Amino acid sequence: MTAIAQLRVVQAGPHVSIQDGGRFGLMRYGVPASGPMDMLALAAANHALGRPRGAAGVEVSLGGLVLDCVAGAVTVALAGAGFITDHAGVLSGSWHVLTLRAGERLAIRPGFWGAWAYLALAGDLDCPRWLGHAATHALSGLGGGRLVAGAELHIDAATVLPGRDGPIPCPVLARPTGRARVVPGPQDQHFLAQTMATFLATPFRVTSASDRMGIRLAGPPLPLRAALSIPSEPILRGSVQVAGDGVATVLMADHQTTGGYPKIATVISADLDGIAQLRPGDLLRFQPVTPAQAIALTRQNAIRSERYLAGLGRHRFGPG
Amino acid sequence: MAPPRLIPVADSALLVAFGSVADDALYRRVLALDRALAAAPPPGFAEAVPAFVNLLVRFDPLVTDHVAMADAVRALLDRPAAPPGPVATHLVEVCYDPDLAPDLAAVAAATGLSPDGVVAAHLSGDYSVALYGFAPGYAYLSGTPAPIRLPRKAAALRGIPAGSVLIAGAQCLVTTLTMPTGWSIIGRSPTQILRNDPVRPFLFAVGDRVQMRRISRARFDAARPAP
Repeated sequence: MTAIAQLRVVQAGPHVSIQDGGRFGLMRYGVPASGPMDMLALAAANHALGRPRGAAGVEVSLGGLVLDCVAGAVTVALAGAGFITDHAGVLSGSWHVLTLRAGERLAIRPGFWGAWAYLALAGDLDCPRWLGHAATHALSGLGGGRLVAGAELHIDAATVLPGRDGPIPCPVLARPTGRARVVPGPQDQHFLAQTMATFLATPFRVTSASDRMGIRLAGPPLPLRAALSIPSEPILRGSVQVAGDGVATVLMADHQTTGGYPKIATVISADLDGIAQLRPGDLLRFQPVTPAQAIALTRQNAIRSERYLAGLGRHRFGPG
Repeated sequence: MAPPRLIPVADSALLVAFGSVADDALYRRVLALDRALAAAPPPGFAEAVPAFVNLLVRFDPLVTDHVAMADAVRALLDRPAAPPGPVATHLVEVCYDPDLAPDLAAVAAATGLSPDGVVAAHLSGDYSVALYGFAPGYAYLSGTPAPIRLPRKAAALRGIPAGSVLIAGAQCLVTTLTMPTGWSIIGRSPTQILRNDPVRPFLFAVGDRVQMRRISRARFDAARPAP
């Protein structure tokens, strides 16, 4: 069954936006990749529907999302974090495939753990694209855009997948991680040795001033060697930037591409999904690894992720 | 000429640091390496991000690693640099009317010039695109003339509209988003740097030249993009 399905946004929290796999390769134009805060979760939701991993879907924040299906029908998958869903009165959660039909409501609310969930659609989300991608850059609104109450989502070639409704296995990889492995630097020379020791020995707390641009941390001050005016330098997702007031921020999906604050360390890519799922108040510790260890960990993580996603493809979703 | 430091960044990049204080010679070395990487990208190369004194080389850690990428970068640095290609020059139109230039009077007072003198100095600048940074389309232009070089203001102002023409030190910037800024706002431009054009989505390439051209309010109102 193929048609157009129409979903109306009844309520959307702040930071609920359309994301795809991200627009990589444009940092030289000031454009970060954007894309999902938790990349594996969007891939899992898409994969559970047989869709390309980076297909456009909806990133749901702790503010939650309520959708009404006003026309047509479409099978959807929710993955990432431990959110709670109410589908036409039936309670379930993240890591689930279900079919939305005209007249039904789907409410997605934060549950016991995690900060971001992903709604993938068995169809093509009709939305604006910027530089070929639907990933929304929060600061500019460029891309597919934020979801606001009253907006409608149109899904072209909307499909109902027979027999697919049911659970998606939630991998251990999907859990929030309170321990991020970092490679010190690239501007660690601007910090006293004692500052680096403090950074690595002390747990930090995630604050509510965290968003798609970065996770702002509270903890011991991280003083610089001297008042600094360093020329603006390139930034990566995962850079731990220390501002002039000694406060650390881990830069995330919508990070600025350059900045004049020194980066004391950089979180390895294998741990970025895990720290994205931390909530305000959660603790985060940093553990140093060498660059060679970082590469080995990323390769191991890629193998585990691939194995998990391949398993999803084989998983049979029966009616129970 | 000291060789650059090659600093591993997490699992997926190498920061090629030519020095720590911005100067033209360092910046030319950044651009030369940028051209060399574009002409002969090593296996696993993902993108290069040039800045004032360094260049970030991002790579795919499933294909290559820091050691292999550092070797590839050193090999490129040892070769004579390809000469820069033809440099394009772009016109940026600026309206300096007082309501679009809230800091023009303050810049005049701080520099001892008249407001028209500030405008004349700004128009006389020979600008080039040093780098894009911060946010999409934020092209940092070098070449603001010495008489109107001022430090940033003590406090940032919020909600400064896109198209604002800002100066601070030797830099000039035409904003593309509504953002806070601590730079001096001396005009507004209707020239689109972020273009809705898939073939050339950004007006400038790094290294391009830019000339400012004064326009009337009527021309600004006619040319400004629909809000």
